[in-house]
Amino acid sequence: MIQREEAPAVSAVPRKRGRAIVITSGKGGVGKTTTTANTGAALAATGATVVLVDADVGLRNLDIVMGLEARVRYHVLDVLEGAATLDDALVADKRVPALRLLAAAQTREKDDVDTIAFRDLIGSLRERFDYVLIDCPAGIEKGFANAIVGADEAIIVCTPEVSAVRDADRVVGLLGDERSVKLIVNRLRPALVRKGKMLSVEDVNAILRLPLLGVITDAPDVIISTNRGEPVALDAASPVGASYREIAQRIIGTLTTPPVVPHDKSIFEKLFGSRK
Amino acid sequence: MFEFIQRFFGKPASSATAKERLRLVLLSDHLSLAPDVVEALKHDLIEVISRYVDVDASNCDVTFEQREKQVAMLANIPILGMRARPKPPAPPPAPPPAPEPELTPAMTESTAAAASGDKRPTRKRRRKTLSTNTAPQAT
Repeated sequence: MIQREEAPAVSAVPRKRGRAIVITSGKGGVGKTTTTANTGAALAATGATVVLVDADVGLRNLDIVMGLEARVRYHVLDVLEGAATLDDALVADKRVPALRLLAAAQTREKDDVDTIAFRDLIGSLRERFDYVLIDCPAGIEKGFANAIVGADEAIIVCTPEVSAVRDADRVVGLLGDERSVKLIVNRLRPALVRKGKMLSVEDVNAILRLPLLGVITDAPDVIISTNRGEPVALDAASPVGASYREIAQRIIGTLTTPPVVPHDKSIFEKLFGSRK
Repeated sequence: MFEFIQRFFGKPASSATAKERLRLVLLSDHLSLAPDVVEALKHDLIEVISRYVDVDASNCDVTFEQREKQVAMLANIPILGMRARPKPPAPPPAPPPAPEPELTPAMTESTAAAASGDKRPTRKRRRKTLSTNTAPQAT
């Protein structure tokens, strides 16, 4: 693997090894990429150095969600194959200076990525960044194996659906006991939960039994921000953005209170309850 | 409140259906047993117990529960009374008691399937232990 000798590290002092966290789910379409983008942006907004690695080779999307697609020139496989240096391939985010993106290759396949080489790449990123967030592809095949190999922490993204919980349960088993595994429940609709038409966070975690890192409601803000390529975590006015910022604080350890599960007010609470 | 209204109209909330479906599918995922094999296991279990005691077969409840890292089987089998001539619990090394005359072909088949399912390699993370809690209940 090619790595420039004069890496533009902030200081020449040998730094503490950063944390490598894989964001995974098993099932596709539950919001892994959105979670990676927003958690990363929120972490970097606190001043920590963060690199987002798109491990979804062949179906790259993290650059789109981040709004950085026009600036990607090299990708993970260019770095692994020596066609580009790591510094050439890291895309700097203009909104958050401490944030970098390493895009996946779009026209290649997951089988083209050597698992050991990918693990070593994550290892060298950990030398340079406080947080390495790896956006895992759906499925449990080679792309999954590559994405988790260098990570010693995992965040499971799960929506309140039977299929998502089942797949998440399978993935938790595959991650093994040696990794710290935490849960983000995504796309919760409190109004449906109240009406008994959606699994609740408690229902989901009665199965998965993981430390809860956060709950993200199914809010229009997320869709709008994804349309624009601007992480909602950077929108100070958005409640969902605030949820992502809290997730970042829980990862760092500056917030130790458990997430407040959003709940929908019943008609009586709306009429007579406290309003703010 | 809502649940009450739904119960009143006799239609379960769909989240309850989702929960139950999830419970069943994860059970067979963790046990590596197909749902029909689990059903056969319940049936056979009740049948074996009824060889020794009179059970209220229509009120038997055999469920599986996900514990911390293992699946537990909980059987609640109401006992109506002792059999007139119960088989001794630990018979001396004599030929095993002959089974009830006829087992239907379907039943023998599923018993075999359950046995072969047992031999499958177990997954690393979750240990599968079956513990039976047979709570005698006189009704």
